[in-house]
Amino acid sequence: MAEPDTLPGVLLRNAERYGGKTAIREKDRGIWQSYAWRDYRDHVRDFALGLAALGFTRDEKLSVIGDNRPRLYWAQIAAQALGGVAVPVYQDSIAKELAYVWNHAEVSVIVAEDQEQVDKALALRAELPALRHVIYDDPRGLAGYRFDWLRSFTEVEERGRRFGAEHPGYFQAELIRGQPDDVATICYTSGTTGDPKGVMLTHRNVIETARTFARTEDVRPTDEWLSYLPMAWIGDSIYSLALSLTAGFACNCPESPETVQRDLRELGPTSVLAPPRIWENMLTSLQVRAADATPLKRWIFERFRAVAERVETLRADGQPVPPGLRLVYGLGEFFVYGPVRDQLGLGRARWAYTGGAPLGAETFRFFRSFGVNLKQVYGSTEVSALVSLQPDTEANPTTVGRPCPGIEVRIADKGEVLIRSAGVFRGYFKAEEATREVIDAEGWFHTGDAGFLDPRGHLVIIDRAKDVGALADGTPFAPQFIENKLKFSPYIREAVAVGHDRPYVAAMVAIDLNTVGNWAERRSIAYTSYMDLSQKPEVRALIREEIRTCNATLPESTRIRRFLLLPKDLDPDDAEITRTRKLRRRFIAEKYAAIIDAFYSSQDEVALVTAITYEDGRRGTVPSRVRIEDVEGAAVHG
Amino acid sequence: MSAQLEIRDVSKAFGGVQAVARLSLEVPPGEILSVIGPNGAGKTTLLNMINGFYHPDRGRIALEGADITRHRPSQIAELGVARTFQNIALFKGMTVLDNLMLGRHVHMKSGVLASFAYWGLAQKEEVAHRRRVEDIIDFLKIQDLRRRPTGSLPYGLQKRVELGRALALDPKILLLDEPMGGMNQEEKEDMARFILDVNEEWGTTTILIEHDMGVVMDISDRVTVLDMGQKISSGSPDEVRSDPRVIKAYLGESRRA
Repeated sequence: MAEPDTLPGVLLRNAERYGGKTAIREKDRGIWQSYAWRDYRDHVRDFALGLAALGFTRDEKLSVIGDNRPRLYWAQIAAQALGGVAVPVYQDSIAKELAYVWNHAEVSVIVAEDQEQVDKALALRAELPALRHVIYDDPRGLAGYRFDWLRSFTEVEERGRRFGAEHPGYFQAELIRGQPDDVATICYTSGTTGDPKGVMLTHRNVIETARTFARTEDVRPTDEWLSYLPMAWIGDSIYSLALSLTAGFACNCPESPETVQRDLRELGPTSVLAPPRIWENMLTSLQVRAADATPLKRWIFERFRAVAERVETLRADGQPVPPGLRLVYGLGEFFVYGPVRDQLGLGRARWAYTGGAPLGAETFRFFRSFGVNLKQVYGSTEVSALVSLQPDTEANPTTVGRPCPGIEVRIADKGEVLIRSAGVFRGYFKAEEATREVIDAEGWFHTGDAGFLDPRGHLVIIDRAKDVGALADGTPFAPQFIENKLKFSPYIREAVAVGHDRPYVAAMVAIDLNTVGNWAERRSIAYTSYMDLSQKPEVRALIREEIRTCNATLPESTRIRRFLLLPKDLDPDDAEITRTRKLRRRFIAEKYAAIIDAFYSSQDEVALVTAITYEDGRRGTVPSRVRIEDVEGAAVHG
Repeated sequence: MSAQLEIRDVSKAFGGVQAVARLSLEVPPGEILSVIGPNGAGKTTLLNMINGFYHPDRGRIALEGADITRHRPSQIAELGVARTFQNIALFKGMTVLDNLMLGRHVHMKSGVLASFAYWGLAQKEEVAHRRRVEDIIDFLKIQDLRRRPTGSLPYGLQKRVELGRALALDPKILLLDEPMGGMNQEEKEDMARFILDVNEEWGTTTILIEHDMGVVMDISDRVTVLDMGQKISSGSPDEVRSDPRVIKAYLGESRRA
């Protein structure tokens, strides 16, 4: 039998080949409930037939919204089996964003996890002319909802079984009609500028990408994978659907977003992918816990951490590790590194990836030094999330690895990275103009990232091509590079560096409420809110020290001269940052124009009216006065 | 419609203070009844009499037709009346899970000896109770708190756990003494949602004392107003809101009419 070339086709093969082997688990009522590949297929078939009974036909769009749940994955494959398209959306999006995506994609069926998500669809229903059905997974609290367009997942499956009895062979026939070049999924990228764009990925795109990944990296059918990333993120689609299906390994859905850390530890997945934010959080919480430990434990942790760092530095430079150091490192493995990995749920991980955004070199080195095989992967939604990977022996914090076999990488004139591969997307949905801007006549996708290939053949990404600027004197200035260095500080959650066409670099800093709060409590500094805490003189002094440390690693000309602490964290609800936590620079430059101007004047205080969006979508403003500080010496003005 | 809980002509005095005076109240099954009134109106005393904490000086309380006026609190709990307290009454050193399992005690049949041996029936029973407790954990969305000592939780979550422990009893009637006291707006909305869901899911009759009028008016089927130990008004939220006697009790009498 030829290898199947659509996701539902791969599912049928798995049900034949792996049958009773676990395909997906869900932690429910405190217990991991398993479904075998055969169950997976049966649910997908029944649900697909149920959709057919509701009138769902080829090219229609089905959206899923909620935390990672087996049924939400099944619903996507079921839609694809009927020739439909899956449109996963971010479950924490505000109403306006949801309305845009659901309307733009012309979604006719929404599968919602629970009452909270159903309520969103309910509230927007009048604005969604294409929407015909809403289907929910968890019935809790929905007994009182009586609408003819609302039904439970179980009910749809039940209908599907009846429909299947009346129309034998329907499912198979529909499935066979599916072509590899049919669109399988539309992933909306939050986009750092303008409205989100719908990236159309075909079955061939995602399956070929998964196969390329499996050829390059050690992927086994016995692997265990934790499906905790947002379902709307391409990384989750590729892993939890395409890769799990093609490789036949098991996905595991955590009990709730709050329990991910514990579920991770219970499960001990054999491979992990996480955006930098999560690695940074893990390290930060480790540092906080170490700081709260008894002096003896803290001393042990710090000593062995220093040892690990020395060993890692030697290894990274390809130098031999002296026997004495190796012995101490071995002790550390037994007493510190192994237990720490176990606590983090990385005890069984053969490899771990960071992707989606650059990760600070120090964070990267920390995990590697503690024995986590952390490596970088580079990709974007438009290329099915895969361009290059780091081989185990070549892991390093500066590159994003070697382009995978079959994926062509070229550097264009202005340093822009171009990609050509089987994973390059079909186009933006209903935006041919935008598609033509990024895919040229020869099929190269223009990533918009500036980078180069180093002598070893590794790809190095510097920044977004359009963000790389120059200071007034012509010194090249890559803001992200500086921000990433700042963000290694456990006290700094977000940073925005400015300096294009200006005489020097300045930074807006958002503190990390947890760590700075903890720091303040230990010094008996009372505070009421984020805003209050961020404007304490002690906190400003703390951050100034952190910036000085960071400056020491920067060339003289691009050091940060002035900074200010933002009275609120950057928030996707305020459109300052995308849901995957990428800065929306143009928007920030407009919103905080007053601050940026003040950086380059003699002002040492700036009045700020912060517009904020509450979680329910209401808007409000908060006026405040914020101090601007000089990094070197005391505040010179006033 | 016959009342599930019937309170007839009940009075209770503490020394010279008449806390509740000749109060009568009927609660049909499945109703959410709010009891409101100024401080010292006798609201908590009323709850304390229903669950047998105090015995009334006179009058009669009947649960599903049976007289429970002189029953002990433990007997009334066994009959299916659960409650939460104004000042949280959890075992602070015990985990959330253990607190909830404890709430199942009235349903546990194994004796000390059998439990000591653990296997066989006792183990089977433990599993069954754990399943029920897991349902409640899922229901209240506290999966991440199972192993946390309740004393370490923020106030709002402790209140939620206390509701969970009351639910573990599988109550027919739930008595909630200021379930939203001391909560912020978001916590209040969550709690209101849970109370409605409990009522919808299991049809549990709920009697609650609450000071937040917004919440009371939103979730109650019926509102009863007490003042100085006496019922001064009772009816739908809208009726009570516009009742001049209620306005008087809350705002004082206006001198110029």
